[in-house]
Amino acid sequence: MPIEILMPALSPTMEEGNLSKWLKKEGDKIVAGDVIAEIETDKATMEVEAVDEGTLGKILIDAGTEGVKVNTPIAVLLQDGESAADIGKAAAPVKAEAAAAEAAPAPAKSEAAAPVAAAPKTEVAADPDIPAGTEMVSMTVREALRDAMAEEMRRDADVFIMGEEVAEYQGAYKITQGLLQEFGPRRVVDTPITEHGFAGVGVGAAMAGLKPIVEFMTFNFAMQAIDQIVNSAAKTLYMSGGQMGAPIVFRGPNGAAARVAAQHSQCYAAWYGHIPGLKVVMPYTAADAKGLLKAAIRDPNPVIFLENEILYGQHFDVPKLDDFVLPIGKARIHKPGKDVTIVSFGIGMTYAVKAEAELRGMGIDAEVIDLRTIRPLDLDTIIASVKKTNRLVVVEEGFPQSSVGDFIANQVSQRAFDHLDAPVITIAGKDVPMPYAANLEKLALPNVAEVVEAVKAVTYR
Amino acid sequence: MATAAKKAPARTKSDTRSQSGPVTPKPVDFTKEQELSAYREMLLIRRFEEKAGQLYGMGFIGGFCHLYIGQEAVVTGLQMSLIEGDQMITAYRDHGHMLAMGLSARGVMAELTGRRGGLSKGKGGSMHMFSKEKHFYGGHGIVGAQVSLGTGLAFANRYRENPNVSLTYFGDGAANQGQVYESFNMAALWKLPVIYVIENNRYAMGTAVTRASAETDFSQRGVSFKIPGIKVDGMDVRAVKAAGDLATDWCRSGNGPIILEMETYRYRGHSMSDPAKYRSKDEVQKMRSEHDPIEQVKARMLAKKWASEDELKAIDKDVRDVVADAADFAQTDPEPDVSELWTDIVI
Repeated sequence: MPIEILMPALSPTMEEGNLSKWLKKEGDKIVAGDVIAEIETDKATMEVEAVDEGTLGKILIDAGTEGVKVNTPIAVLLQDGESAADIGKAAAPVKAEAAAAEAAPAPAKSEAAAPVAAAPKTEVAADPDIPAGTEMVSMTVREALRDAMAEEMRRDADVFIMGEEVAEYQGAYKITQGLLQEFGPRRVVDTPITEHGFAGVGVGAAMAGLKPIVEFMTFNFAMQAIDQIVNSAAKTLYMSGGQMGAPIVFRGPNGAAARVAAQHSQCYAAWYGHIPGLKVVMPYTAADAKGLLKAAIRDPNPVIFLENEILYGQHFDVPKLDDFVLPIGKARIHKPGKDVTIVSFGIGMTYAVKAEAELRGMGIDAEVIDLRTIRPLDLDTIIASVKKTNRLVVVEEGFPQSSVGDFIANQVSQRAFDHLDAPVITIAGKDVPMPYAANLEKLALPNVAEVVEAVKAVTYR
Repeated sequence: MATAAKKAPARTKSDTRSQSGPVTPKPVDFTKEQELSAYREMLLIRRFEEKAGQLYGMGFIGGFCHLYIGQEAVVTGLQMSLIEGDQMITAYRDHGHMLAMGLSARGVMAELTGRRGGLSKGKGGSMHMFSKEKHFYGGHGIVGAQVSLGTGLAFANRYRENPNVSLTYFGDGAANQGQVYESFNMAALWKLPVIYVIENNRYAMGTAVTRASAETDFSQRGVSFKIPGIKVDGMDVRAVKAAGDLATDWCRSGNGPIILEMETYRYRGHSMSDPAKYRSKDEVQKMRSEHDPIEQVKARMLAKKWASEDELKAIDKDVRDVVADAADFAQTDPEPDVSELWTDIVI
């Protein structure tokens, strides 16, 4: 029976890719290991190797096709004695595998490949910090982050980026793509794998007046460096009586990606949010990623900038402005509503936004607030909303104990107790290390149904 | 003086592992002015520290207080090789470093007593003091953290293409921290102008180097990274100065980092609360009577008749006056205004 060649998943978070080039044509003999096509993911261009032998019977997806979903059949391989007439009888599809060693096998079910589905259709409220009538362009969070850094590096010669694979590799997650070419190795610095050391080097350079952007390949690795972040970067301004501080940005993906398990899947919002002397930013949209990263680079204080690998490839509208900078410390009302307040941040917003759409169908008008900044926390915006809706649900992916939501619940109960018509419900990741198995991982993360249930509970539906 | 350093061809037996690169220079000959200046500086540190110990005992200084007595020649000699803009960073035994850099005794002492006239407005204390003006970057309470930070200061020098060097001090104890070697690697890889000054005073708190270090020749700790290192008699300010000249010249010439192992000794305990039962009184007394850095200078000056006993006594009195004034100030200066609790957290 002919074998279907499927679009492979070439990274833990890849959901689709572009089939940029076929290197074999119909009728070509293929042996296992032949490079048959090139696929462009959001991170890199990868070669696809054949796993089986045969003759390339038919190309199903033309070269140049964009947005091909993982596991879509892209070609049919004929085995000995088969002809084009046999196409259509393809049996068990066999996935092609990437040449790259880190390529993850495609999940058995395509739904498992997409832990976060496409963004629902919520009318996003205008950000009052963006002038009305501004032209918007669609871009990914990844592009927004890169543009923010490039713009600030053009603007200020003291800004530089250092981290693992930021230069020649173009960024482990392609966030620094093109920066080496534009700014050269003096300002785009590849470091050894030595988080504790290069975090300290970055802080020292910042104390000397430079403005480093330190990229952690993930914030999970920054635990090696947390002493330099907390004890050196955050406290020096205070300990020096205001004489010197550390104008530095620590940035990188934070929280769970997809199927990378316990040591690579932790949210540090609450950890860094605990520390006086730090600012902590955790954007959801590309516009916020851009405007806030530019603000973080200009900020004279150490800023922890928590990104998310799953969000990197998502598209959002970003204002087309020469110099788009957003204020740190200001939450954004993502969607106004009157019945209940849902507060979230970063990837947590994906659950909040989908829940809001479902709730609307049930006649519940939820106000969704995107915190954007964890520290300083914009409690005023939350409390103003609670005074209007009298109900609050907080959503985050991090662990439940001493979470960001816990602090918000505590502050709201102290400052707006009389306005609450129901206990505050906090939704967080489960109190377990992140499991690897797809079904368990799904259970460990928050989900939309939990948010919907929580809102129904606080609205007594 | 750098030329004097280069002239030293003699190799000691301990240098056999580094076949090329710098070797320990001979002590430089000091002029009368240099001897007098070194004498005064070291005496200021010693009298200051004695007074700090006294104020600690009286309850004016709280928390931890680590005295530099015995190690004065290290900072005093190295300071003589620096130029404007060179940076210094160290750990928590930092009072001497600040005095050597020319920071006011009042400012340091008032910080020890937690008063508003202290260098950090009373908010840093003994272990956490800084001076942007004098390029002193702390004063760090986490053992070894200052090594990565000091490497970062050197990174900034290279980035700005200025002639400055970062003088990064740490002890024999910190020399076993992992981030020290992460920093060594980057400093060597990027040829950063950093002088790693390892003040080997033989004890990391109460642990003798032989009980904590598999390799006790700290000058060789950079071998894996091709960082040269030399052992220096840290009790002889002239030997320190010679090493400082060699090291600053090495860094300013674009050769990257260098290690100076300063063989030194602290007379007092690790901190004020240390009973120092891990070593004998005889050992301390032997160092004091045979190797004291201040007595060495004094003896040389008297022998050369560069100063009389009376002239030296006059310097002593002058120094005591400076210290007494600092102590008075530190006891009478008000505590910080309560509003300072909430300042300097973020800009």
